[in-house]
Amino acid sequence: MSGLAVALSGLSVAHAGAARPALSGIDLAIAAGTRLAVIGESGSGKSTLALALAGLLPDDASVEGRLAWPGLGRAPLAGRDIGFVFQDAGASLNPVLRVGAQVAEVARVHLGLSRRDAAAHARALFRRVRLPDPEAAMRAFPHQLSGGQRQRVAIAAAIAARPRLLIADEPTSALDTIVQARIVSLLDALVREDGMTLVFVTHDIALASGFADRIAVLDGGRLAEEGPAAAVLSAPRASQTARLISGHIGLDTPPLVARAAP
Amino acid sequence: MSAPLLAAHGLSKTFVAGGRRAVALDGVSLSVAPGETLGLVGPSGCGKSTLARVLLRLTEPDEGRIDFAGAELSALKGERLRRMRPRIQMVFQDPLSAFNPRATVADAVGDPLRIHRLVPRRERPAAVAALLERVGLSAGLAGRPVHAVSGGQRQRVAIARALATRPEMIVLDEAVSALDVTVRGRILDLLVSLQRERGIACLFISHDLAVVRAVSHRIAVMDGGRIVEEGLARQVVAEPRSPTARALVAAVPRLAAGGGI
Repeated sequence: MSGLAVALSGLSVAHAGAARPALSGIDLAIAAGTRLAVIGESGSGKSTLALALAGLLPDDASVEGRLAWPGLGRAPLAGRDIGFVFQDAGASLNPVLRVGAQVAEVARVHLGLSRRDAAAHARALFRRVRLPDPEAAMRAFPHQLSGGQRQRVAIAAAIAARPRLLIADEPTSALDTIVQARIVSLLDALVREDGMTLVFVTHDIALASGFADRIAVLDGGRLAEEGPAAAVLSAPRASQTARLISGHIGLDTPPLVARAAP
Repeated sequence: MSAPLLAAHGLSKTFVAGGRRAVALDGVSLSVAPGETLGLVGPSGCGKSTLARVLLRLTEPDEGRIDFAGAELSALKGERLRRMRPRIQMVFQDPLSAFNPRATVADAVGDPLRIHRLVPRRERPAAVAALLERVGLSAGLAGRPVHAVSGGQRQRVAIARALATRPEMIVLDEAVSALDVTVRGRILDLLVSLQRERGIACLFISHDLAVVRAVSHRIAVMDGGRIVEEGLARQVVAEPRSPTARALVAAVPRLAAGGGI
């Protein structure tokens, strides 16, 4: 894959009644096959950017600027050309439908598979996202699965139509760190195997540093900087990037307390 | 180490719902010394929040005993339990759901002073102002509704409220997990400085081992309702012995300036 997956020029998004625009004048080109991490704090506009890319902005949003899809030559179809993984898989899955049927439905609608083939496709996807016991998972309702398992189902649904672009909006923020590490490595493996473009939205710059090719930092609705991950991390140009890096707490961060209690 | 301020022995708790039994606590024992922070870390569902609620006497254990400041906390009832409550306070992840939604910042901080009859009514505004100042909030916020201030400010309000009763211990359950990193650092600095100044003991609960390590003297690792490992913070991180501790150490995101795996 080469060329551009999507190019944003002067993208601004304002929600009705909001004091300031959610996004202001974003210029950003995402090359096909790239793993781009979009990083920012609450209110930075990172989720709005993800929704705008997927064409999922609410009706009350007023949008200016352009999104071009040179590789596609047409407007993308959410679900078909773009897969989307939300933070809360519990809320994105239908609570009263078995999860196997939900993933199979994506394949039926977008790939035109028969009921049987769609079920087989879903079963294969459940193996790919490494659900323990995929057969049992097919018949499970969302509430019968753990948070990590639900997120694996949501990922299976997102990639069921073989989209070229996968957008994951804080897919691990509601999960504990152990499950988070597993989900991130799963997403990384899936996009590598399929050559998908990945847009991974997160507030955690360290998490992004583990797998992203490029990093975009948003601050107050503006693009503070964008560049190769190594360059952004080792020589940040924007003060917001420097703040995010210095705010990181790792196992090598000096402890705030003395070694022993007083 | 001095005699423990809080000591729990053999705490067990099983929840039964829809015919299914879930063991949340399975014989948990731990202790916290005065002025010490014990970090409690573990994956989702390991029982750490249940443990917090049991230690605070918000949930009754099936078995076990809790001693606090020389009294058998788990046996206290009625007026004696009410008199103990101001001495062990709490800060939760989402202060918005912990506060009366119609409360102002001054109500949230002043309520414990009123409920526990700690400060006479006419001295309360000054006491609230002093608490707000101590947690780095301007007195001008006092009249604002708690839902109208930012997430970081709200967590400062929760800390001021916890401090209001001059507790000997504070239980913090994922208290910084919902905050942006720049705000989180300032809240952790505040907690540590308050502990130093007032000698408050803390039980600091989080799923994030790196954050726990930054603020804790000792760390207890929990999984499946049990404490599977306990030790000095640096020891647990440098030489984790249990599979759970090893998994938690491995799962901490590293800031890799190289990019790519």
